[in-house]
Amino acid sequence: MLSQPLTILSALAVVLTIATLAGAVIGLEQNLKERIRSWWWIIGVLGSAILLGRTAVIALFAGISFIVLREFLALTQLETSDRRAIVTTLVLVLPFQYALVGIGQANWLTFLVVPVLIAFSGDTRNYLARTAELLSGQWICIYCISCVPALFGRNQQSGPMIFLILVTQASDVLQYTFGKVAGRHKIAPSISPSKTVEGFIGAILSATALGAGLYWLTPFKAPQAGVLAFIIALAGFLGGLVMSAIKRDRGVKDWSQLIPGHGGMLDRVDSLCFSAPLFLFLTRALFSAPPPLAH
Amino acid sequence: MTITPAMPYLGTLGLRKESIRTRILRTAVAGSLIGVARIVTGAEARWVGCAPSAATRIYVANHTSHADFVLLWAALPPSLRARTVPVAAAEYWNSNAIRRYLANQVFRSVLIERDRVDRRHNPLASMLHALDDGNSLIVFPESTRGPGKTLLPFKCGIYHLANARPDIEIIPVWIDNLYRVLPRGAILPAPLQCSATFGEPTRLAAGEDKQEFLARLHRTVEQLGSPSCSVSR
Repeated sequence: MLSQPLTILSALAVVLTIATLAGAVIGLEQNLKERIRSWWWIIGVLGSAILLGRTAVIALFAGISFIVLREFLALTQLETSDRRAIVTTLVLVLPFQYALVGIGQANWLTFLVVPVLIAFSGDTRNYLARTAELLSGQWICIYCISCVPALFGRNQQSGPMIFLILVTQASDVLQYTFGKVAGRHKIAPSISPSKTVEGFIGAILSATALGAGLYWLTPFKAPQAGVLAFIIALAGFLGGLVMSAIKRDRGVKDWSQLIPGHGGMLDRVDSLCFSAPLFLFLTRALFSAPPPLAH
Repeated sequence: MTITPAMPYLGTLGLRKESIRTRILRTAVAGSLIGVARIVTGAEARWVGCAPSAATRIYVANHTSHADFVLLWAALPPSLRARTVPVAAAEYWNSNAIRRYLANQVFRSVLIERDRVDRRHNPLASMLHALDDGNSLIVFPESTRGPGKTLLPFKCGIYHLANARPDIEIIPVWIDNLYRVLPRGAILPAPLQCSATFGEPTRLAAGEDKQEFLARLHRTVEQLGSPSCSVSR
């Protein structure tokens, strides 16, 4: 009997092999082929980290946080007087947060650092806007993303984390697929031209079904897992919408071009930013463990 | 008119004699600089107007930071790096031993004297020498680091270069965001995503005079940096 991560990884390898073969045989468009090739990399890296254990997963997500924050801050209007705050966020706050995740004591008290540093820069022009930009980056890219490895139990139980990542990403892919195949009505035309009502409904429903089917990864029964998957998919959709609004405002389509076919790292994890904290909270609340983000 | 090189140009890698130790050190230094550039900036290359090519080219880029060349280098495919060298200011890069080592050994820069008063030799000669050796050049025609978002006026050296070698493709390049990573006077870089956008190749047009050419090139580089260009990528 395979372990949980190995079962999931083998299943994903089968799905990707089919997608790759289908791409070669029926000649999918270039962007789709690139997307599939990138998925091999994503699953390879993430899978290896999970098999290596909890520390490797925490280190991997610290790296993802770093890249995502790099992309996020590049689109802000922070200027040279904010450099000290930016460097501190990336070099001190970020590792500190993941160290706290490592010892199972994650909180968000480091959010107090940025306003102080920006005040100390002596430059008070647009103080509130600059602080808000840097803090938004810190919340989205550090606190929210660190909720993913925080799900990895200290008993090396990776099931719930795999459940979250799988349902979130599957709902993203399904939203894209349903949108491509059946998309007619734009759901938020002023924010994102690619999101459709059909994609949204199709993705939410099939992600709920997928989650119910994957209940064995979690401590829940199938109906409970289905409800949680529904919430994850909904939160993921909203996360994507929020990030699209930021990109729209700044006049870019993707955060960067780090992942061929997908765009930037933040384009890949934007939905996780919203689904992870919510799922972490619900999991702990339902298990009457101490709530997350509190000491 | 015979023109004498301003500085002895050190020549391409293959032609150069160096001990194994020097070579290992040089490769390690170059590799770490590129590694740091990738970690700090992502060193993203956007080939919007042309594809990477082994042909000899002149890259014309905006200048905002001392790290400009390293970012461009990191953004180029590895196979092109060994044959792409920057044109840089001699008085800055010769001012201490570390800079001298980086400029001469690692980047193999074509060092030119910026200041016309002190100039004893024609800087064009060293650039032509490097081009004729099969190197692509990276030129910053603003000649000094600009404020970041806007371009300073171009100096005329690039015109003379284009005039002397009219067949070589000139690639406009816009380096985005690096001025926030390592602005003037900063020592520690602040990690932010940066990119180099490579535009459509251009050449000196027949009958185009110096002012027209410089103004056109200036506009081309500027347009690469305008937001509409990054959206349609």
